[in-house]
Amino acid sequence: MTRSDVQLMLDVKAGDDESFNLLLRRYRTPLVNFLFRMVRDSATAEDLAQEVFLRVYRARKQYSPSAKFTTWMFRIATNLALNSIRDNRHRKMETSIDAPVDDEESAPRELPAREMRIDEHMVERDRSEFIRRAITSLPEKQRVAVLLHKYEEMDYGEIAGILDCSESALKSLLFRAYETLRVQLAPLVAQPVRHGAGEGRAS
Amino acid sequence: MKCEDVSKELIAYLDRRANSAERRDAEEHLLACERCRTRADEFRKLWAILDEVPIHEPSFGFDARLRQRIAAEPKPRWFQWLVPQPRLAFSMALLLALSVWIARLPQQAKPGAFASAPSEDEQFQMIEHLGVLENYDLLSKSDVLAEVPSTPGPQSDDQQNQQAPDDGGSL
Repeated sequence: MTRSDVQLMLDVKAGDDESFNLLLRRYRTPLVNFLFRMVRDSATAEDLAQEVFLRVYRARKQYSPSAKFTTWMFRIATNLALNSIRDNRHRKMETSIDAPVDDEESAPRELPAREMRIDEHMVERDRSEFIRRAITSLPEKQRVAVLLHKYEEMDYGEIAGILDCSESALKSLLFRAYETLRVQLAPLVAQPVRHGAGEGRAS
Repeated sequence: MKCEDVSKELIAYLDRRANSAERRDAEEHLLACERCRTRADEFRKLWAILDEVPIHEPSFGFDARLRQRIAAEPKPRWFQWLVPQPRLAFSMALLLALSVWIARLPQQAKPGAFASAPSEDEQFQMIEHLGVLENYDLLSKSDVLAEVPSTPGPQSDDQQNQQAPDDGGSL
């Protein structure tokens, strides 16, 4: 019988390290995936995911099953990701003072104007990269909301808890985020749906 | 229901998490509003498109690196079981201090009580002057007596001399 996350964490608290390994196997991919979509850097995403697991391990003795395990873990991950993005932004601002203006690294990572360059963009990059960039271009809070809603399939209550907002505010946030994506990805939305796609939760 | 109102509930309606009343309101609006109906269809397509993004797997050495970091964590010391939590230790210390303070309360009162008890001689003197003491309140609170000079001693000769002609004059 599969043990629940809470039961596994209580076993870790009691000193069972094998239960921690089970939690690690259960959540390493969703966590790394979520963090990669947040920070857009594989090495940073893995470092942050390791930090999340390390914090969970360090807090094992104080663990009490008051909240859902995934809510707690993704809350840690979200805070770490947002801090990393802000730190990285500050670093880029500091280094860009002496950098040439037309440097590729210092160029804004926004999507090109849809009407002007979308065909060129689609030729240069593959479809999934185009979609990933659209997600990355969302404001941070909207990005967290979409990733947790669409890919982690969390309830509104859980996501609102992670983002420290009301469920009503979260619904507005999600609507704005999906509306932005609908506009950004309009060329893809206008095409017929690919066979087999769209079987996820939010569909 | 207006378009602005339905937009907030549209996501919950499309992902089938709206309650029955919200679902009914949204359906009624979508039947009447082509613009929102188109938007709802495009949201469904968008979600299908978002599913195309491949999952990013952790690297091969992820678990091993994490286990190394956990192994490098400082081990709990042998005496840590005595104080499992700082808050608990503080509560215990506070409780102990409170118990000691309460236990000492009667012991502090007794010596004071004995020290203030009058000796036999003092008790005898109190009984001896009991009449004076009984009248003390009456004497001290009398308004008439307040007009009398505070040091009623024997009058001086001058005062007696001054009063004598008056007495005689009045006669």
